[in-house]
Amino acid sequence: MKSHVMVKDVWKSFDQGRIEVLKGVGLAVQEGGIVALCGTSGCGKSTLLNVISGLEEVDRGAVRVAGYDVVNESTRVDLLRHHIGYVFQFHHLMPDLTLAENCLVPVIAAGGSRASGMDRMHELAEATGVGHRLKQRVRELSGGERQRGALVRSLMNDPELLLCDEPTGALDESNRERVFDLLLDLVRARGRTLVLATHDPELARRCDRTVRMRDGRIEDDNGA
Amino acid sequence: MIFTNLRRHRVRTAVGATGIALGVATMLSVVGLLGGAVKMFERILRSDAEMVVFEKNVSDLFFSNVPDALVEELEEQPFVRDAQPVLFSIVTAPDRPVVTCFGIRPADGRLSKGEWLEGDATTFNDEGGAVVLGERAADFLGAKAGERVLLGRGEYPVAGVVRLENGFENGGVFMPLGTCQRAFHKEGLCSVVSVGLAEGAESSEVKEWMEKHHPTLTALENEEFSRTYSQFRIIKTTAWVVGACAFLLGGLSVTNTMILSVFSRIKELAIARVCGFSRGQVARMIFGESLVVSLIGTFAGWGLSAAGLHLLRAIPQLQGYIEPRVGWMEVAGAMALAAVTALAGAMYPAWYAARLKPAQALRFE
Repeated sequence: MKSHVMVKDVWKSFDQGRIEVLKGVGLAVQEGGIVALCGTSGCGKSTLLNVISGLEEVDRGAVRVAGYDVVNESTRVDLLRHHIGYVFQFHHLMPDLTLAENCLVPVIAAGGSRASGMDRMHELAEATGVGHRLKQRVRELSGGERQRGALVRSLMNDPELLLCDEPTGALDESNRERVFDLLLDLVRARGRTLVLATHDPELARRCDRTVRMRDGRIEDDNGA
Repeated sequence: MIFTNLRRHRVRTAVGATGIALGVATMLSVVGLLGGAVKMFERILRSDAEMVVFEKNVSDLFFSNVPDALVEELEEQPFVRDAQPVLFSIVTAPDRPVVTCFGIRPADGRLSKGEWLEGDATTFNDEGGAVVLGERAADFLGAKAGERVLLGRGEYPVAGVVRLENGFENGGVFMPLGTCQRAFHKEGLCSVVSVGLAEGAESSEVKEWMEKHHPTLTALENEEFSRTYSQFRIIKTTAWVVGACAFLLGGLSVTNTMILSVFSRIKELAIARVCGFSRGQVARMIFGESLVVSLIGTFAGWGLSAAGLHLLRAIPQLQGYIEPRVGWMEVAGAMALAAVTALAGAMYPAWYAARLKPAQALRFE
């Protein structure tokens, strides 16, 4: 199987080099792999996800995703439109819009019409249990519904790679289980690749592979 | 996304559109009012003629001196149907520092176009020396037909009172040309001669004849005169400059609105980028929102100016003086300026929004 995500000797710092967050990180994730990035807060999990998606530029090293070298703006845009879905700890939905309008943002970004995304939106919304809430404004939804809505949005353009940064971190226990089950089911059913940042060892155990990070380096990788 | 964004930030959209609306309303009103004033003055000059003759290089027609003997000379030419002299002057009256006087021949058609409210034109000639008052002039001078009116240092019998459509004429005093010349020490002179062309004659024939026989005078077609007369140009330029200043203020309002709009949704813009929006798409979205705001403002401002001008025309004291002319040129000009203002106003916000780094913006509080 070929690597879907390839991170080679990546260094990333902030504040003009004063804060080093990634220190020579290397990671390869195969197609269909479900990988948990674990570690304490500030160990570099989120930054690594941002580097993979192209949201952060690297200081040194190389990142390759779905056959693309993540080197310039157009590659990043193309990856985010067609190949990568992103779910954050906080839903980051637009509160004044309906859930449906939020879900259609990636479709519009990719140049599609609202109508073209409707079928997929309904299918995903039904699968995640928010089909009946699509016409509601985000501010009227519960925390769990919002996060499930964010999951629907991330999958709208059928990306091969899903990056999730503490996707259940802001939810209560029952919602955490439900959303995570959904996430795994959706990814497995569609054969997609998942890279998940979490500090919850329970969630990490349910993934196929666990990569432990510490102080900007990979400390342990049970799939290596 | 553009309409959705504007819809969910209605107050902000309304504030931006109001800025543009006030700019458009001010511009259209000022341009319309001053343009209307210019047109009214043009009509005073024309009197059913195609051309105007006046002194070359004169800054103001009140200072133009044209020998009235030119009228006979012109009327002898085969390319001239008729020629009418007009002497413009300003005179004072009791409690009225400025009264416009028009020295015209009794045969001049402009009085016959009006509605005679009192008296008639029998004594309106140099022998009788009577004057005809526009309706408003009669009102503020407190004079009626058959009475006498004090103008400058002279007292004149009033032959009649005429209601004229043109506000300047309706507020003025008509004197027989010779009487006017004597009163203002301009014997043998007039300010302009309006020239009606004979059938089939070309204006170039008049111009050539004038250049050959009266090189110190100039003959211009009415359209040409309106375009080149310095006073009209000053008025028109002033109108556009005042309007443009109003737009500048409107533009600042749009810039302010768009900056607020961008700064208040930094996270949203970052999410849009994460969802696949390119920098160009983000910039186009901001420019698009600004353009839509300006379009709404333009139509609102157009309506506002139309309503304002309508109200002004309804004020009895201003009737005849206000004749706004808001044509398609003015509206197109205002629309173009509004669009330019919107684009200029959105430049910085669009640039800022497009340069946002999504990962950093998502951490923004």
